[in-house]
Amino acid sequence: MKGLPEKVDVIVVGGGGAAMAAALTARERGASVLVLEAAPKDFRGGNTRHVRNIRYAHDAATDFVTGPYPVDEYYDDLLRVTQGNTDKDLSRFLIEKSLDAADWMAARGVKFQPPLSGTIGLDRTNAFFKGGGKAVLNAYYATAEKLGIDCRYEAEVMDLKIEDGAFTAARVKYQGQEQTVEARAIVLASGGYQADIDWLKEGWGEAAEGFLIRGTGYNKGRMLRVLMDHGAETAADADQCHAIAIDARSPKCDGGIATRVDCVIYSIMVNRKAQRFYDEGEDIWPKRYAIWGRLLAKQEDQIAFGIVDAKANDLFMPSLYPPLKADSIRDLAGLLELDPDALEKTVADYNAACRGGGNKDREFKPGVLDGLSTEGLSPAKSNWAQTIDTPPYYGYPLRTGITFTYLGVKVNKEARVQFKGKDGRTVSAANIFAAGEIVSGNILGQGYAGGIGMAIGLVFGRIAGEGAARNASN
Amino acid sequence: MAAASDEALQGDQLADLHDEARRLMTICNACRYCEGFCGVFPAMMRQNTFADGDLDYLANLCHGCNGCYYACQYAPPHEFAVNVPQAFARLRADTYRRYTWPGFLAGLFQKNGTLVSVLMAGGIGLVLALIHLFQPAEVIHGEHAGNFYAVIPHNVMAYSFGSVFLYAVGVLLFGFWRFRRDTAPSQADETALSVAGATHDALVMKYMGGGGVRGKMDGCNYPSESFSQVRRVFHQMTFWGFLLCFAATSLGTVYHYVFGWEAPYGYTSLPVLFGTVGGIGLLIGPLGLIYLKRIADPNVLVNAQRGMDTGFLALLFLVSLTGLALLGWRETSAMGTLLAIHLGTVLALFLTMPYGKFVHAVYRYAALLRNRREQKR
Repeated sequence: MKGLPEKVDVIVVGGGGAAMAAALTARERGASVLVLEAAPKDFRGGNTRHVRNIRYAHDAATDFVTGPYPVDEYYDDLLRVTQGNTDKDLSRFLIEKSLDAADWMAARGVKFQPPLSGTIGLDRTNAFFKGGGKAVLNAYYATAEKLGIDCRYEAEVMDLKIEDGAFTAARVKYQGQEQTVEARAIVLASGGYQADIDWLKEGWGEAAEGFLIRGTGYNKGRMLRVLMDHGAETAADADQCHAIAIDARSPKCDGGIATRVDCVIYSIMVNRKAQRFYDEGEDIWPKRYAIWGRLLAKQEDQIAFGIVDAKANDLFMPSLYPPLKADSIRDLAGLLELDPDALEKTVADYNAACRGGGNKDREFKPGVLDGLSTEGLSPAKSNWAQTIDTPPYYGYPLRTGITFTYLGVKVNKEARVQFKGKDGRTVSAANIFAAGEIVSGNILGQGYAGGIGMAIGLVFGRIAGEGAARNASN
Repeated sequence: MAAASDEALQGDQLADLHDEARRLMTICNACRYCEGFCGVFPAMMRQNTFADGDLDYLANLCHGCNGCYYACQYAPPHEFAVNVPQAFARLRADTYRRYTWPGFLAGLFQKNGTLVSVLMAGGIGLVLALIHLFQPAEVIHGEHAGNFYAVIPHNVMAYSFGSVFLYAVGVLLFGFWRFRRDTAPSQADETALSVAGATHDALVMKYMGGGGVRGKMDGCNYPSESFSQVRRVFHQMTFWGFLLCFAATSLGTVYHYVFGWEAPYGYTSLPVLFGTVGGIGLLIGPLGLIYLKRIADPNVLVNAQRGMDTGFLALLFLVSLTGLALLGWRETSAMGTLLAIHLGTVLALFLTMPYGKFVHAVYRYAALLRNRREQKR
């Protein structure tokens, strides 16, 4: 393997969707580009490895989306999931810029699939990648190779040289030694810091020890820290992230989509004390994903257990790990290491509330908000409140699985990193651009809408690549 | 032969193959990113648990395009170590062994390259012996204006090859029946529509196209990570070449018995045209497939199967090459020798059909049938 070049036009830090969008764009505009990916080749691509689709605005149905998704609707959805906690101007800009996302990707080899099973009801708003995110990365890297982009793996950027608000060079650890690479612009698309548990503790305290990392284990936020140390302005709070409930038996890192468990809405969720703590039947999507990861993080040991009976066990996606199974609630409590008396009481109270009147005209309907709710129970279960009385009984242990953190650097519409100037005023960096998870906090102050992470990566990646190439040609 | 039998899988190894396939299907069923690739993943999604028969079915629905391997976020070195094409190739090869008859010949699948060479030499020897048995010694080197029956009487040819062919077909049908019994529990629902659908899928090699957005076929990741239709093209040449040659022989039989028109047929007659075109397909297709196999990604290839795959393809190539040579030199004194060599290779082909790669057609078709049947539900 040859060593790193001493000097290039544009350095792109990271190897995921945002990084490759930036690299391809900059190269297409004539710049020489060096991509520095910290992970080995087999694990390249950050969390893009694990994505499945992109949420983008579009005016009409196509071969791979079933209907239009206008900018206004997308924007309303974003305001709802973030509860307004977003840079509204930048969000709207992002959504408008997403209009040609699928075309841009397809032109660089990405393949989409026709809307098939529509497992999570996103076949109108989101385009699904054939084979998922790793296939997207394969297409990007193949195109990058054709264009002559220099991609290096296991190349970890340790520090940046920033003089008078302008970037000049990067310190890179590569093949066991550190080297300096000069460039005329840099794009930081290096992801969040979710794989750095100590950093997570700044937002979550000791609870972070109980978290699992759904995505790549290589996102430790080093570049974010370097930028913050240089006085970059930040967006979003330290405890904001995309977190969902996943199987407690999942690997510590990189478990991806297969570790999620979809039992929640048909189950009762109990904590270590065998007590319910939230309305499991509040909504299907997006709440099921968006809130349960955070709810679990606040429980003792950051764990809870979904309990269903034989009636409900086939209603959701099959799970990676088999559920714990018993013929009585007492026995199931034993398997889950819960107090049998407490669990029996919780289930009995729940069952009694299911049978309570007021629901006579309601029918259990999986897949829609059926209004079949409990009566006089706290917390209530507002939909799918079927009794749990048909053995065998199943228990799914669930933990918080963090996909990515939101705290990042502030950027403007040119994807330039915003620094605090000496007089307290905000100054746009001359040649430092950022894209992807490291800027997600500008858009996502909280909450999540499926597929929006890919949109943030693609849109800001392209803008960053364009700006960096312009810097290089000046 | 003894050594070959030793390599056949024992019971616990077979359990391992099924367990590994089951482990993978559980992971795939929880992920489902590959549903756009081929028939396997939508078929998998129709069920939550997988009996051994279900896995044998899915393994034979998989055609080893490797699309799911390159797209897999859990492919090795990920700790989940998901390599579906490889696990299914192993299991598929094992179904070939398990469902053939008689069981003690199952070991032949292992050493197929050797078997093919031995049978070919034996076949040529046998045909030469037959010629010498029935004809004066000078006949084989004489000129007969393309009249094969001057060398081997038609009846000798028809009865000997016919009986070997019928044996092969019988074994294949028996395998088909047993495979269906174990892997397609609901075959009572078979309809003309599902048969027609499966036949269509087989003829156009639907899944080899790689599936795409509304008919736009991307192709497969074979022999490498980039998308290509090249394997489908070579496979189609092999498949249609085989069918055309088969049609040529059948037509000749009809000419002979129904119309009383005896060979040799003219170069522009239908049997010869079919045979020539098919023969050219059977030269290019098998060569192409052998070449692709040589350059294919070793991470997904199952080495133990290489002999079987290559042996069958090489035999098809030789049958075609000798057949075309026979056609070209049939009016010379080389005809007798060429005829013996050609018929020897054909004999070897018929004999090895139930014990080599040819059987994949049988179980793939059975799998396509179940797939079509379940698609409608």
